[in-house]
Amino acid sequence: MEYFLQQLINGITLGSIYGLIAIGYTMVYGIIGMINFAHGDIFMVSSFIALIVITALGLTVSTGLGLTILALILVLVTAMVIASVFGWTTERMAYRPLRGSFRLAPLITAIGISIVLQNYIQITQGARVKPLQPLIEGGYTLMTRVDANGEFAVRLSNMQILIIAITVILMIVFSLMIAKTSLGRAQRACEQDRKMASLLGINVDRTISMTFVMGAALAAVAGLMFLLYYGVIDFFIGFVAGVKAFTAAVLGGIGSLPGAMLGGLVIGLIETFWSAYFSIEYKDVAAFSMLAIVLIFLPQGLLGKPEVEKV
Amino acid sequence: MTATPLLEIRNVETYYGKIQALKGVTMEVKAGEIVTLIGANGAGKSTLMMTICGDPRAAAGQIIFDGQDITKLQTHEITRMRIAQSPEGRRIFPRMTVYENLIMGATTSDPAYFDEDLSRAFELFPRLKERRDQRGGTLSGGEQQMLAIARALMARPRLLLLDEPSLGLAPLVVKQIFEAIKELNDKDGLTVFLVEQNAYHALKLADRGYVMVNGNITMSGTGKELLASEEVRAAYLEGGAH
Repeated sequence: MEYFLQQLINGITLGSIYGLIAIGYTMVYGIIGMINFAHGDIFMVSSFIALIVITALGLTVSTGLGLTILALILVLVTAMVIASVFGWTTERMAYRPLRGSFRLAPLITAIGISIVLQNYIQITQGARVKPLQPLIEGGYTLMTRVDANGEFAVRLSNMQILIIAITVILMIVFSLMIAKTSLGRAQRACEQDRKMASLLGINVDRTISMTFVMGAALAAVAGLMFLLYYGVIDFFIGFVAGVKAFTAAVLGGIGSLPGAMLGGLVIGLIETFWSAYFSIEYKDVAAFSMLAIVLIFLPQGLLGKPEVEKV
Repeated sequence: MTATPLLEIRNVETYYGKIQALKGVTMEVKAGEIVTLIGANGAGKSTLMMTICGDPRAAAGQIIFDGQDITKLQTHEITRMRIAQSPEGRRIFPRMTVYENLIMGATTSDPAYFDEDLSRAFELFPRLKERRDQRGGTLSGGEQQMLAIARALMARPRLLLLDEPSLGLAPLVVKQIFEAIKELNDKDGLTVFLVEQNAYHALKLADRGYVMVNGNITMSGTGKELLASEEVRAAYLEGGAH
């Protein structure tokens, strides 16, 4: 029971990170019907930006808590802004010129951008893994079990609390933004009928750009959290995390925001539990098998609903 | 009514790939007029409507709105000049509520007018008020048509483009919609350009009309003249006059 609880906490934390990345995939797919394969690399780039800013600020674990939080907010904002610029530029340079071209064209440039970003970071930052000393330590012991095997404590670290809290807050802010603001309405309009949206005076190109910017900003949040949680990054993390988040988006129902979040959680939990109870080597197999099984029985994903539309 | 036309179309040609849909269309709509365009399926009526809005773009010719050449503007820029369209197929946002669809219609309009325009839309089509929070995709065809027109009106257009507003509607509702158009034209001086297959009603309503065949304008005249014309009667009104 204690072991299970601990894995649950770990799984939710991991799932939160996947979920945040998955939103970027699902939003872009929703609006232009294309999988942005460079999205995982935007996440990777932003974790490097975060690392650079943290190093530049000279943050260590001995920095006071108040100052650390303040500094991390600065890091987060910087990473979000720069990641947004990357996201915007990618769309502008690699996807927009191909809009109206055949469907596979932007997919191919997406993979191209992904390779460019990976190599760019590899050349400028080196191929070796970059470590970061933990900045936020401590946590809470929820329960302890003592038996013949020794002691087992269920721990919820401050870092995990931070990740889960930020994810929940961002999800709420984000959902409200999509539901209530004019930008959110414009995005939904473009998603449902781009031609009609432009007939009503929506600048479709700008709305699409904003979608990339929002997705990249969320990926930057995930990038910082990944860096703080795992403490090591390299130029290749974007690929693995990207594929997982993409799986999460498809699992939850591509195009659906709550679906992306749920998919992220499910993938995070499956991976964690599989590693904990079976074998860590096959955790990816478990996650992708789950995707295959769900898609066989629910082709539209967990929360994606095929809309019945009257014509 | 001013002497210079509000909308002037000069020798406009439009292609879909290699297929030429409009073969040099010239026509005009004066401020305060109701002008109708009639023609058979596939004549290019809807294409002309969409070409005015820049999607597809005219390959040749000029489209002038209120003295300004809009031929090369982007769709959303053209809309911002307060040209609103209720397009072919209605194109209601299916996963948005009726209310949200109407908000979308007011995208280019001054928010100060929103409440006034909304109550006018609900007055014009009380059914929409009942369905206010229902998703667009769940409305009946007739309700969607009302919503499409109401949404276009939310933009406070100077020129309203209506593509087959009577399509799929019960005769009573058609009558209601045509009356609404007439009223908007009389009271607010709204300029309307109407594409219709329901030629009889459209010509009765319109000040002037054009007939389109295979991407060409073949005839024009006042609504009365066209109604009286033998050719029009034979081609578009036989059995259709009720």
